[in-house]
Amino acid sequence: MRHSVIFMLVVIALIGSGCSKIEPWVKPYERDRLADPIMSFSRDPVSSSYLHHVYQAREAARGAEGGQGGGCGCN
Amino acid sequence: MNTNYKRLLTALCLTGAMLFASTSQAAAVGGNAPDFTLKSKDGNNIKLNEYRGDVVMINFWASWCGPCRQEMPALEQLYSKYKDLGFVILGVNLDEDSNKAIAMLDKTSVSFPILFDETKQVSKLYNVSAMPTTFLLDRNGKLRYLHKAYKPGYEHKYAKQIKTLVRE
Amino acid sequence: MVLKAAKVVDVAVTRTARHCLAVGLLLLNTVCQAAILPEDRADAMYHSYDGGGIEITGPSILVRKQIGDSFSVYGTHYVDTISSASIDVIATASPYAEERTENSIGVDYLRDKVTMSLAYTNSEENDFHAKSLHLGVSQEIFGGMTTVSLGYSRGWDDVGTLGNPETFDTDRHNYRLGLSQVLTKDLIMEIGLETITDEGERLNNPYRQVRYLTSATTFDFQDEVYPNTRTSNAVSLRAKYFLPYRAALHGEYRWFDDTWGITAQNFEIGYTQPLKDNWTFDVKVRSYKQNEADFYSDLFPFQDAQNFLARDKEMSSFSTLTVGAGVSYEFGKGNLGFIDKGSLNFSINHIEFEYDNFRDVTAGGTPGSEPLYRFDADVVQFFISLWY
Repeated sequence: MRHSVIFMLVVIALIGSGCSKIEPWVKPYERDRLADPIMSFSRDPVSSSYLHHVYQAREAARGAEGGQGGGCGCN
Repeated sequence: MNTNYKRLLTALCLTGAMLFASTSQAAAVGGNAPDFTLKSKDGNNIKLNEYRGDVVMINFWASWCGPCRQEMPALEQLYSKYKDLGFVILGVNLDEDSNKAIAMLDKTSVSFPILFDETKQVSKLYNVSAMPTTFLLDRNGKLRYLHKAYKPGYEHKYAKQIKTLVRE
Repeated sequence: MVLKAAKVVDVAVTRTARHCLAVGLLLLNTVCQAAILPEDRADAMYHSYDGGGIEITGPSILVRKQIGDSFSVYGTHYVDTISSASIDVIATASPYAEERTENSIGVDYLRDKVTMSLAYTNSEENDFHAKSLHLGVSQEIFGGMTTVSLGYSRGWDDVGTLGNPETFDTDRHNYRLGLSQVLTKDLIMEIGLETITDEGERLNNPYRQVRYLTSATTFDFQDEVYPNTRTSNAVSLRAKYFLPYRAALHGEYRWFDDTWGITAQNFEIGYTQPLKDNWTFDVKVRSYKQNEADFYSDLFPFQDAQNFLARDKEMSSFSTLTVGAGVSYEFGKGNLGFIDKGSLNFSINHIEFEYDNFRDVTAGGTPGSEPLYRFDADVVQFFISLWY
C-alpha cells in the first residue's frame, strides 16, 4: 500500500516536474504492423461507405460509423 | 513518514539522473553523432566512425513507410551526384523482417550502403521520432542537420546542405 | 382498406442516409494517414442490393488526385437504380422504378500534422433534392500515436411528393468527434461520437402510412405524423489487432439513441487473412438491434389515435444479422506504366431482418394477428481499384 502510494507520487512528480514527460511508447519506427494495409479500419472507402449507406437506409441508428480519420501515424 | 519522503526523494533523483543519463547520450544537432555498428545488406559490418572525414547522411527508413519509398530514388540521385566529393549515405532500415526491405530494394535499387537495425538500438540512440528521419553529419562526425518525415522537394534542401558541408 | 395509387418511396428510412454516404466517403479516406494526404486512387464499383422485393443496382465511382504538396482533391459519383415491390408498396400502392444520383467534390489540405477537409454533396431524385456541406479537421498528436478529429456537416433537404407542388425543407447538423489511438505495436483503437439534429415538417417518409382499426376485423390507412425535430447520439468503439502470422482481427460496438425513444446497438467482429502476395480474404459477422419509437404502432386502435403516428418498419423494434465475405486480388505492382498497382474486389453480405412488431398485412387474417414480417437481403459489391 505504502509502496504503491510512493510509486504513484513518483509518477505524478515526474509528469508534473517537466524533467520528463510520457513518451509515445510505440515509436514511429515500430509501426511495421500498424502500417500494414490489413490494419486499416477502412481499406476501401468506396466499399465501406456503400455498406454504411445500406445500413443507414434500413436501420434507425445513424452516425459514428467510423473512419473519422486518424490512425497509426505510420507515415 | 520521514523515511518515506527520503525514499521518495531518492527515487525521484535516481529516476531523474537515469533519464538525464540516457538522454545525454542520445543524438542531438550540434553534438557528436553517436557511433554504431550495424550489419549491412552485403553482409559485412559497417561502423559509423569509419566514415569520419566524409559528409555522412544517415537515413532511417522502412519498406512499409510510403514517404520513405518515395524518397529513395531522390537519395540515390544525391548519392551519385556527390559521392566523389566525399559524401556517403547510410540507409538504416527499420523493418522487423529485413527480407521485406531486400524485396523492395530489388525493385528500387540503390548503390549506397543499406544497414539493418532490426533490434532498433540505433533508432533509439538517434531518437527517431518520424519516418523517415534524416541526419546530416559533417566531416568531423558532428550532427549538423535533422529532417523529420519527407515531402517531395526536401531533396533540394538536402542538396544545399550537402554542398555546404562538403565545402567545409 | 384503401389502396393509394401514389408512388411509395421505401428506400431510405431517413433522408439522412443519403448525405451520410458522402460523409462516409469524405471521412473514410483519412484513416491512418492523418499526417500525409490520402493516396491517389480511383475506384469503380458496381453494387447491388436485393431483398424484401426491392432491387437497387448502380455504379459508384471515386477518383482522388494530389495537387502540389499539400492538396488532394476528389470527386464521387453514385447512382441507385431502384425497382420496388416492397411490402410497403404492395400494401398501399403499386410497384415503381426510379433513379437517384449523388455527386460530390472535396478537398483535403495538409499542413504539418493537421489535415483540413471540405466537401460538397448534391443528391437528386425526382421528388427529392439534397445538398450538404462538410468540414473536418484532424490532427496527429503524441508522436503520431493519437489522432483527434472534429467534423461538422450541414444538410439542406427539399422533400416533395409526386403530383404535389408543395415541398418541405429539412435542416440537418452533424457534429463529430473522433479519437484514434495506437495502443501497442499490434493494436489500434478508435472512438467516435456523433450528434445529429434534424428539423423539418416532413421528417417521415411522405409515402408511408399507419394503419388503424375500423372494426374488429377491418382496418384502414392514414398518413404518418412525425415530430418536427429529431436529435440523435451515437458512440462507437472499434479496435483492430494484428495477429503474429499476418492477419487482422477487428471488433466494433456502437450504441445509439434519439429523442424519438429509439435506442440501438450493434456489434461486429471480422477477420482479414492475406494469402500469398496477391490475395486478401475477409469475413465478418454483424448484429444489430433496436427498439421502437415512442409513437410507433403496427396497428392503432382508431384514426388519429395520438399526436404522432408511425408505422414505418424502420421505426419498429427489430434486429438484423449480417454475414459477409470478401476477396481481393492485387495485380500489376510496378509494371502497368503510370499505375502503381490495382486490385479486383468482390464481396457479398447476406442480411436477415426480423421484425418484432411489424406484421405482414399482405398475409391476411385478423388485424393484429398476421405473421410478423421478416426478409433476407443480399448485398453484392464488385469493384476495381487503381493506385497511381
